[in-house]
Amino acid sequence: MSNETTLIFQHSRPGRSATAQAPKPVSEDQLSAIPASLRRKNKPGLPEVGELEVVRHYTNLSTKNFAIDKQFYPLGSCTMKYNPRGANRAAMLPGFLNRHPLAPASHSQGYLACLYELQNFLKEVTGMKGVSLAPMAGAQGEFAGVAMIRAYHEARGDDARTEILIPEAAHGTNPATAVMCGYKVREVPVGKDGDVDLEALKEACGPQTAGLMMTNPSTCGVFERQIEAISKAVHDAGGLLYYDGANLNAILGKVRPGDMGFDVIHMNLHKTFATPHGGGGPGAGPVGVSQRLLDYLPTPMAGLDEESGDYHWIDTDTLPTSIGHLSAFMGNAGVLLRAYFYAMVLGREGMIRVGEYSTLAANYLLKRLEAIGCQAAYPERRASHEFILTFAKQAKDNHVTALDIAKRLLDYNQHAPTIYFPLLVPECFLIEPTETETKEAMDDFIDAMAKILEEANTNPETVTEAPFTQPVRRLDEVKAAKELDLVWSE
Amino acid sequence: MPYIPHTPDDVQAMLQAIGADSIEALFDEIPAHLKAGHGLDALPEGRGEMEVTRLMAERAEQDRFALSFLGGGAYAHHIPAAVWEIATRGEFYTAYTPYQAEASQGTLQVIYEYQTLIARLTGMDVSNASVYDGASGLAEAVLMSLRANRKSKSRKVLVPDALNPRYRSACEAIVSNQDVELVSVPFCTDAGQTLVDSLSPFEGDDYAALVISQPNYFGSLEDVDALTDWAHANGMLVIAVTNPTSLAILTPPGEWGSEGADVVVGEGQPLGVPLSSGGPYFGFMACKKKHVRQMPGRIIGRTVDMEGKQGFTLTLQAREQHIRRSKATSNICTNQGLAMTAATIYTSLLGPDGLASVAGHCHANTQKLADKLCAIDGVERAFSAPVFHEVALTLPQDADTVLARLAEKDILGGLSLAKDYSMKNAILVNSTEVHTEGDLDLFAQALKEVLA
Amino acid sequence: MSEIPADLRYRDSHEWVRVEDDIAVVGISDHAQDAMGDLVFVELPEEGVVFAAGDEAGVVESVKAASDIYAPVSGEVVAVNEALEDEPELVNNEPYAGGWLFKIKMADSGELKEMLTADQYQEQIDSE
Repeated sequence: MSNETTLIFQHSRPGRSATAQAPKPVSEDQLSAIPASLRRKNKPGLPEVGELEVVRHYTNLSTKNFAIDKQFYPLGSCTMKYNPRGANRAAMLPGFLNRHPLAPASHSQGYLACLYELQNFLKEVTGMKGVSLAPMAGAQGEFAGVAMIRAYHEARGDDARTEILIPEAAHGTNPATAVMCGYKVREVPVGKDGDVDLEALKEACGPQTAGLMMTNPSTCGVFERQIEAISKAVHDAGGLLYYDGANLNAILGKVRPGDMGFDVIHMNLHKTFATPHGGGGPGAGPVGVSQRLLDYLPTPMAGLDEESGDYHWIDTDTLPTSIGHLSAFMGNAGVLLRAYFYAMVLGREGMIRVGEYSTLAANYLLKRLEAIGCQAAYPERRASHEFILTFAKQAKDNHVTALDIAKRLLDYNQHAPTIYFPLLVPECFLIEPTETETKEAMDDFIDAMAKILEEANTNPETVTEAPFTQPVRRLDEVKAAKELDLVWSE
Repeated sequence: MPYIPHTPDDVQAMLQAIGADSIEALFDEIPAHLKAGHGLDALPEGRGEMEVTRLMAERAEQDRFALSFLGGGAYAHHIPAAVWEIATRGEFYTAYTPYQAEASQGTLQVIYEYQTLIARLTGMDVSNASVYDGASGLAEAVLMSLRANRKSKSRKVLVPDALNPRYRSACEAIVSNQDVELVSVPFCTDAGQTLVDSLSPFEGDDYAALVISQPNYFGSLEDVDALTDWAHANGMLVIAVTNPTSLAILTPPGEWGSEGADVVVGEGQPLGVPLSSGGPYFGFMACKKKHVRQMPGRIIGRTVDMEGKQGFTLTLQAREQHIRRSKATSNICTNQGLAMTAATIYTSLLGPDGLASVAGHCHANTQKLADKLCAIDGVERAFSAPVFHEVALTLPQDADTVLARLAEKDILGGLSLAKDYSMKNAILVNSTEVHTEGDLDLFAQALKEVLA
Repeated sequence: MSEIPADLRYRDSHEWVRVEDDIAVVGISDHAQDAMGDLVFVELPEEGVVFAAGDEAGVVESVKAASDIYAPVSGEVVAVNEALEDEPELVNNEPYAGGWLFKIKMADSGELKEMLTADQYQEQIDSE
């Protein structure tokens, strides 16, 4: 691991440059058409460094990251499965990479063919009637979904619907999205078994209900068994059902959101379809809809003229009821190509295996962790593709918190699971192993957890002061937030 | 099984540990009738990497290289080989949002450096870690301006017609759900600029912000100082929409007028991100320090660890959806991390002089191209304003027809202004440093033939 | 065990009020600051703003949480604690003294009767 702590700006020396990387300077004459008043007075403080310094600096920085390519990364609700290198190579083919987003359809048939087929694949695995690939991340997919719900009610003149129902265990993006779409949020309680409190939900439904947003399997890591009753309650009240696809990996090829009664869903291709997470994106958040929302899908979409066999764009000129464009062009096109590659390699049988083996891995890990003394949040329930542990007992008895255990895992070369989510389970871990990890990798994680639980009893400081092996120890986050240092100054 | 490593023995051992007879038994909480009935018939049989790669290579080849002069918000630039070789290292490519700071110092430091680069290019105090793209970034900036402008109670924002129409429509699609109104400001049809005079009808009314695009959609350079001062004098914030390459040579928004712009957004694609059919790109977003708590998205701060050593961490998280939920500044979660990483490497490689040189070539080539094309009978500049690297031209014939005929010659000769501006005979052309003199001549020759 | 001064009135959302003539001094309780952890930012209302009891009046932020502050009584904001801009930790260190948030000129002192007494507030905390 590198000890690189200097910033690229500190490598800078006046007059040093990566000369091979820029065209020769132009003369001032050639810029004379630009009025002097609009010209920059001082050159921007970008680093002046050679090519090797840049390559070495960023290569060294990269080694300070945990990543799927290096470690087991069981970050719950993020589906950190293997990202096939073949998908990256295919998406980086020059024909795809150099295509301008506004190139005419005549020069885009190959690209459009991939998108068109991907739309159809996603329709099939979700059981929806139409799919748009336009949204650029899960949260934007959520936005598109709820905006379509709004457009649907508005088109019917049903403007009394002002509220979106959301289970209290939901991702923060759900309530934030509902507000961005102009709705009020009403939270619905979750019962002790992880299922939604159905009676409370029924009471919350009414003429003001625009819809319900939920994941299934839920953020509690269990399958919502009353999904049909929930669907009926919301639909009877005139609301629509939104499926947050964060947990689609668990049921891929097993159950389809469309068959569960959902009207609109988003998928996270950077989770379920193995596209890279890139240190925080890019993602892609396609949306799928039932019949009644087809007219509102975000554009552009890929269309096929069956007769000529030519592909074309479907845009707002042919679909004027669409909620419109959510980006300047076509969303995260390169991510879509990676997902297409993945879907083509997996095919029908491969899709079914995703749900099966991710569920097998999670249930195995859960049972083994329970056996070494971990407390499951919902011990009576099957795990889905992920599950929740609670360390409330350790926090009370040994003053060792979920945060401490997470930090200590780093010392054992294991990326920590998601911590303190969902908010309703105290001191929790949300663990998602995915289908691409070997049994040995999971066993190593179990061994590390066993050692940490032992340390929590015998030598708690090794846990509460962890990590010891990383480039930095625990950081002063209070200082970071109070004495804001967001840009470098010499 | 592709990407699934389990042997039959592994599966048996795992089922035994669980106490289940079969994998199917693990789905016993799902109502049986929900599981029945579909075989994913529309999906093909799985194929190997070799076959899928070949299929996609053939498809990519179909979208063969054409000589392109398309801009409109996405620009062809030379991308140094080092940029994506490093950005796609597994340590960057397969990490996620740096929730565990100690094990993510690489990504965190890259973002801190990126924030610094953007702040310096734009002349602003602070930057976030990226938003999706320029157009959706503008929507975020509009929503942010409503929160940040404490003097105004308005939910209206002034938007110039000379703004990229794709930005306008994406922004509209996003903000209209919250009853925010985008009010149009016309442009001068001679100059192709937004004039302060055309703003006077809005004086005395309450607007949260004025959007200023520099350059605007026609490539024209706006009198940003006058526009900025007008907005501030009328109690509005200024949202700047800029091209990052241009900022190497143009006045940064932080220095516009007497106080500078308040929020800056733009499309980051020109900084080392391939055209790639429209994405993934990234939106950059910067602002004055006093507005930082109203900015959406991830923000990284520099701090120290318990031993006093420098380190980086996510900060100001109380603005974000995972903490603030329905009161968050935005629902954005995952952003465009990898494209931002590439841009950081690109900008570091080029440095201030290299980026200025790229900007200079873009401008000079565009001027040259305009001159060559305007030497053809009936072709002339549509507007009189100076331009950066895009220029609107009027043709003696219908633009859509001319462009279609150029495409048959494998030249993508610009974007039609017919649909968005009812300028039936006008096109928007762009040139960058990637074009040689020969490329420009080919275009001019082809256009001459088409018009003949 | 957190401190709950007997002479103050409390709101179930953890604000306290100290009455000084017709002025209500508002802060958050020791219990609330302890639950939040180290505060990093306090967003205060502007002077001159008029609140109805129960209106959102501000926000306190720690690293991992943010919590709304509600106006416990109706009236006009006549002062805000500007020291908190640089030293939000005052709320942690002295929640009932230097860590006060803002002062409201009460429109209806009768509203105070609807607030919790120290004993009632203690009961509420115990039941949480």
